[in-house]
Amino acid sequence: MKAGLRDWLTTEAPGSRRQAMAGRLYGAGLALLGNPLAVLGGLIVLLLVLVAAFAPWLAPESPVGQDLGRRLLPPSAEHWMGTDELGRDILSRVIWGARITLMIVALVAVIAAPVGLIVGAVSGYFGGWIDRVLMGLTDVFLSMPKLILALAFAAALGPGIENAVIAIAITTWPAYARIARAETLTIRNAEFIAATRLLGASHLRIIGLHILPLCTSSMIIRVTLDMAGIILTAAGLGFLGLGAQPPLPEWGAMISRGRAFILDQWWVATMPGFAIIVVSLGFCFLGDGLRDALDPKGRK
Amino acid sequence: MTLLSVENLTVTFPTARGMVRVVDGVSFELGRERLGIVGESGSGKSMTGRAILRLIRPPGRVTGRITFRSEDLAALPERRMREIRGAGISMVMQDPRFSLNPVMRVGDQIAEALRTHEKLDRGALRARVRDMLDAVRIDDPDRVAGLYPHEVSGGMGQRIMIAMMLIPKPALLIADEPTSALDVSVQGEVLRLMDDLVRERGMGLILISHDLPLVARYCDRILVMHGGQVLEACAARDLHAATHPYTKGLLASVPRMDDTRDVLPVLDRSAWGGT
Amino acid sequence: MTALRLTDLSVSYGTTRVVRGVSLEVAAGASVALVGESGSGKSTVLKAITGLAPDWTGEIEVLGKPRGHRPDRAVARECQMVFQDPYGSLHPRRTVDAVLTEALAIHGMTDDGHVAETLAQVGLDARFRFRYPHQLSGGQRQRVAIARALILRPKVLLLDEPTSALDVSVQAEILNLLKTLRAEYGLTYLLVTHDLPVVGFLCERLAVMRGGEIVEIAPTKALRDGSFTHPYSRHLYAESSSDIGGAP
Repeated sequence: MKAGLRDWLTTEAPGSRRQAMAGRLYGAGLALLGNPLAVLGGLIVLLLVLVAAFAPWLAPESPVGQDLGRRLLPPSAEHWMGTDELGRDILSRVIWGARITLMIVALVAVIAAPVGLIVGAVSGYFGGWIDRVLMGLTDVFLSMPKLILALAFAAALGPGIENAVIAIAITTWPAYARIARAETLTIRNAEFIAATRLLGASHLRIIGLHILPLCTSSMIIRVTLDMAGIILTAAGLGFLGLGAQPPLPEWGAMISRGRAFILDQWWVATMPGFAIIVVSLGFCFLGDGLRDALDPKGRK
Repeated sequence: MTLLSVENLTVTFPTARGMVRVVDGVSFELGRERLGIVGESGSGKSMTGRAILRLIRPPGRVTGRITFRSEDLAALPERRMREIRGAGISMVMQDPRFSLNPVMRVGDQIAEALRTHEKLDRGALRARVRDMLDAVRIDDPDRVAGLYPHEVSGGMGQRIMIAMMLIPKPALLIADEPTSALDVSVQGEVLRLMDDLVRERGMGLILISHDLPLVARYCDRILVMHGGQVLEACAARDLHAATHPYTKGLLASVPRMDDTRDVLPVLDRSAWGGT
Repeated sequence: MTALRLTDLSVSYGTTRVVRGVSLEVAAGASVALVGESGSGKSTVLKAITGLAPDWTGEIEVLGKPRGHRPDRAVARECQMVFQDPYGSLHPRRTVDAVLTEALAIHGMTDDGHVAETLAQVGLDARFRFRYPHQLSGGQRQRVAIARALILRPKVLLLDEPTSALDVSVQAEILNLLKTLRAEYGLTYLLVTHDLPVVGFLCERLAVMRGGEIVEIAPTKALRDGSFTHPYSRHLYAESSSDIGGAP
């Protein structure tokens, strides 16, 4: 049975569209599983998703429940990560914080990646003045330091997670537009694009069905690798007080609060910092693995 | 006199389906003569050329014995091998646009090739480069020496490559599809030039190509390769009397200038394991 | 009836003019070759006919109708092209099936067995239908490219060096296929190549191009007896004549 499925997936002569697609995904999946770091990264990201999904059941206590009688307790069997200055259980806050982090990352990816992809592909495909205008705009955004721009937006729109997400998305898309444009430039003069034009296909069809699918794998890789940076920027905004507002258990904001006690009660800042590092690393490993698995040039 | 002898050369590459032998037990000997290796893509002809110069990178593995002027190439340290590449055996590749350094003047590149093998002062170096460009029939050597690779045509580029490869006076030249990136009218010029230089200097030549008629015209002996093996070895002038069905089929499938056939005969691939 | 008529065609890329004053007529059902070396402008002529090189002056008529400067749907159904590089002319992430059904979808047609039929015409077994290009050999890919060109049932096929990237034995298969298809469906061919023997096998007439101009139009018979008049054609002919030991 198991062997039958593998044969079905790896056959040289798929019998249907769906089988051909499944076979390709299977090949990429196998390549990904063959890379231990990618598997580790995938597990970390999976863990993040699970923790975020089941936070209410996993967290031993409420993330906002204060108990001033047990302020700043060190890690122990009862409070695995200790407690903070208001007596809240840090483990519970880190677990709930996973939700916020995951939401920020997902929202930024959903907003910035498609915008960058489309702007870049349109710009690269048409060239000429369209390219100059769109890339000029992209360059304006690229030329400003990311954190400063995000800071300015967050300050102008008012502090809060939604605004932090918008601010980060605005600073992230230009990089994606650049990648998509570079990729499109190498594809647009390919003979298969010319052949499709000769069949009478519209520009919209060529960009949507022929160019974008070829850009997506490099985009997925890039977005995954950028996740770490997005988490850090969100944490940075939180740290500066422009992201999530108290009492929300956002990891960056937690570090910011813990800074005051870093010498005597190191765990208050270190535990959420540790969470940020682990998740960032997870996304980096996964991104590297995806690059090896999805890049057709690297695969034999 | 034997210049190069190859015994049981095998090159293997690991793939998802296990080890694949791209060159499978190839043996031949070469004197100061012109040997043609013919085959289709995947026949292992280029890999044979590269293996001789020890240019196969891991994970590719080479076994067998390659003896060049009584030195066993496989056993040589990398440093001695570098001396042999260029001064002993050199190689002309398919496309001059990819084998020339784009940001270095042509003259400097040729001089560089010489300087790695001989200590010469600047004047002597210039004179040798000039003579060499002259030898590859470039009319205005001083002007051409100052050009960058993108400023020369394909045929000129390939002549420059040949100049670069021949200036350290190697005993053996391996040419891997030296003219397939060139126009027909230039192909002849480049091949005749290479041919003349090889004969004048008494060098050995290995001409690797997919083009049977071309190899037949410029070589003394021919090896026909398929699937990593030598299927047939014969003198070039006896090619028409080739006995192996693959060689015969290959010869017949080439359209001819005066062709009146309605259908070209097609190779029956199943006879050789089907590719 | 003329399938293709070029009158005083000049094509430019930016400020450089690569084709100058080319006039050529191809009768319906005929097979004509444009022969020349790189830079002679032979491929550019094809690009102008298809609309891929929009910057041209003069007149191009396809099946009696003048055509515009961009690719358009009406011309697409009458005139298709096969490209040189079978590795570059197929989308790496689309199956054979996707490539062929797309052509139908663009023209608002449904499959109705067209795909299977066209695959059979180009000699591809049905089991190749859902393969990706990387699962095909060079010759099989070129068959797919020919199928893509044929599926809209055009009358005119433009062939841009269709076999120069293939092995000799595969070249023979593709040349045979092209010859059979033409005989069976009464197709008109305009073939661009640098390979004179291929012209001898597939065409009746050839136009020799140099520096963007046609220097001579001759019947293929000239390839057998060398009766070219222009010195450049003679030079090309002499360089291409291969005296292989085996030729009878």
